[in-house]
Amino acid sequence: MLAIYKREMRGYFTGVIGYVFLVLYLAVAGVIFAYTTLFSMSADSTAYFTIMLLFSAIILPVLTMKSFSEERKMKTEQLLLTSPVSIPSMVIGKFLASYTVYAAALIFSSLYFLLLIPYATIKISVLVGNIIALLLVGMVFITIGLFVSALTENQLSAAIGTIAIILVFMGVGMISSLVPANYWFRFVVEALSVFTRFQSFTNGYFELSSFIYYLSVSALFVYFTIRVYDRRRYN
Amino acid sequence: MVKVENLVKRYGSNYALNDVSFEIGEGEVVGLLGPNGAGKSTAMNILTGYLSSTSGAAYVNGINILDDPIEAKKYIGFLPEQPPVYPDMTVLEYLNFVYELKSVKLDREGHLGEILSVVKLTDVKDRLIRNLSKGYRQRVGIAQALVGDPKVIIFDEPTVGLDPKQILEVRNLIRNLGQRHTVILSTHILAEVQAVCERVIIINKGKIIADERTEDLTKTIEDGYHYEVRVSGPTGQVISALKKISGVKSVEPTGTKDGDAGIYVVETMGSTDVRRAIFNVCAQNNWPMIGLAPTGTDLESIFIRLVDRSDRKILGGRTR
Repeated sequence: MLAIYKREMRGYFTGVIGYVFLVLYLAVAGVIFAYTTLFSMSADSTAYFTIMLLFSAIILPVLTMKSFSEERKMKTEQLLLTSPVSIPSMVIGKFLASYTVYAAALIFSSLYFLLLIPYATIKISVLVGNIIALLLVGMVFITIGLFVSALTENQLSAAIGTIAIILVFMGVGMISSLVPANYWFRFVVEALSVFTRFQSFTNGYFELSSFIYYLSVSALFVYFTIRVYDRRRYN
Repeated sequence: MVKVENLVKRYGSNYALNDVSFEIGEGEVVGLLGPNGAGKSTAMNILTGYLSSTSGAAYVNGINILDDPIEAKKYIGFLPEQPPVYPDMTVLEYLNFVYELKSVKLDREGHLGEILSVVKLTDVKDRLIRNLSKGYRQRVGIAQALVGDPKVIIFDEPTVGLDPKQILEVRNLIRNLGQRHTVILSTHILAEVQAVCERVIIINKGKIIADERTEDLTKTIEDGYHYEVRVSGPTGQVISALKKISGVKSVEPTGTKDGDAGIYVVETMGSTDVRRAIFNVCAQNNWPMIGLAPTGTDLESIFIRLVDRSDRKILGGRTR
């Protein structure tokens, strides 16, 4: 697992994807930060983190699109799958590498809030809650990305497919407000929505159920990815 | 060391492997021979745990690859058809990665250094794999299979795409590996099996059609040897003189000529060597002999005969 993790990290930073991701993430985060706080004279972080969530939905698939598709295309997966390494540890090694890059970008970008200290009092609890929320949502997005990447040889299809699935997860929450009549439907849809659950975090509430929700969706997609590899051996 | 029992691999209604069994002992060098699409790669992929079989079992060092894949894979080094190398790494970085991936316990520097010198990669060890030629990449692939000094080394078409000099080098390398490892290699090049392997398993359409020592193969298939003789002399007399040699079954003129020499095919009974006798007869009659070569006994023609025979069997089975 450690070998695969190290190899992935190398892959990010000997190629361009790691740098492109970090630079783009920090730059866009900077712009959003400037507009939502500095220019609007506000220390409220809700808008910033909501936009960052949407941005993550588009940028995170870039981080995961190559993870498995490239191995399959280059046939290097034959090395991984015939080495004494289990499929779960291979998947988790890759997940941890993508997650490390993402977490680093997120934590660096959050340092922007230090700029506000001279001008306003920052609610640390809200800030930390938001960062944790983005970490959790990122985990979901990355595992979705890994799963889709394991399905194809083509990076571009992997990225687009991942964005599509993420948008479905985000979108269900928005549909729910359009169907007010049916209470149980709305309840189910909101329970499944990445977005609705995220909002409670941005307001500074820490809900255990949301925490468990994000963890279980991620675990589910890790499991799906492992299954993809198990299945492929039989076909 | 390696045992395969009644392996079946089915894709829909197509059988890639149909009831294949064989056993390979320690230190053997075995060639899996067959035309493209015969099931060689499938067999190797199952043996290395990359694919699962529909039924049947594969054992490496006594361990069932499906029951305990991680343990079984520790004894295998595998070079797939396309070398599984990462273009963005240098040769040494790549081998270090494989070393860690396989959790090898040997002394790292010494072990990797030895592999580099065995496959002659020491000079390019710090170059990016992306910038290496096909032949060098293939060697990196071979080096990868040697990491961890596995007991069984499996090569899937190791010389495809190499130039003649590189092919000879790789064959020598494989022969040397055979002294300390069990080696299985697949190929559709017959000369390769003759040059490298002690034993050959011939596969066609998912079935084993021959499993012999390489040197025995010719004897079991052929009733006698064929020689092509080029002699200048009156055709009728040459034929009757050659027919009188004891051990000669038939003499056929091919009807073609090499300069003024006629070309004849001499078939022998059993494995009698009649070459000296043919020479003596020609010399006595003062017929200059300008060529004498065995023909039809090389693996090429035996292989085609075997494949034809098995095709007929399969076809016959269906019509009945």
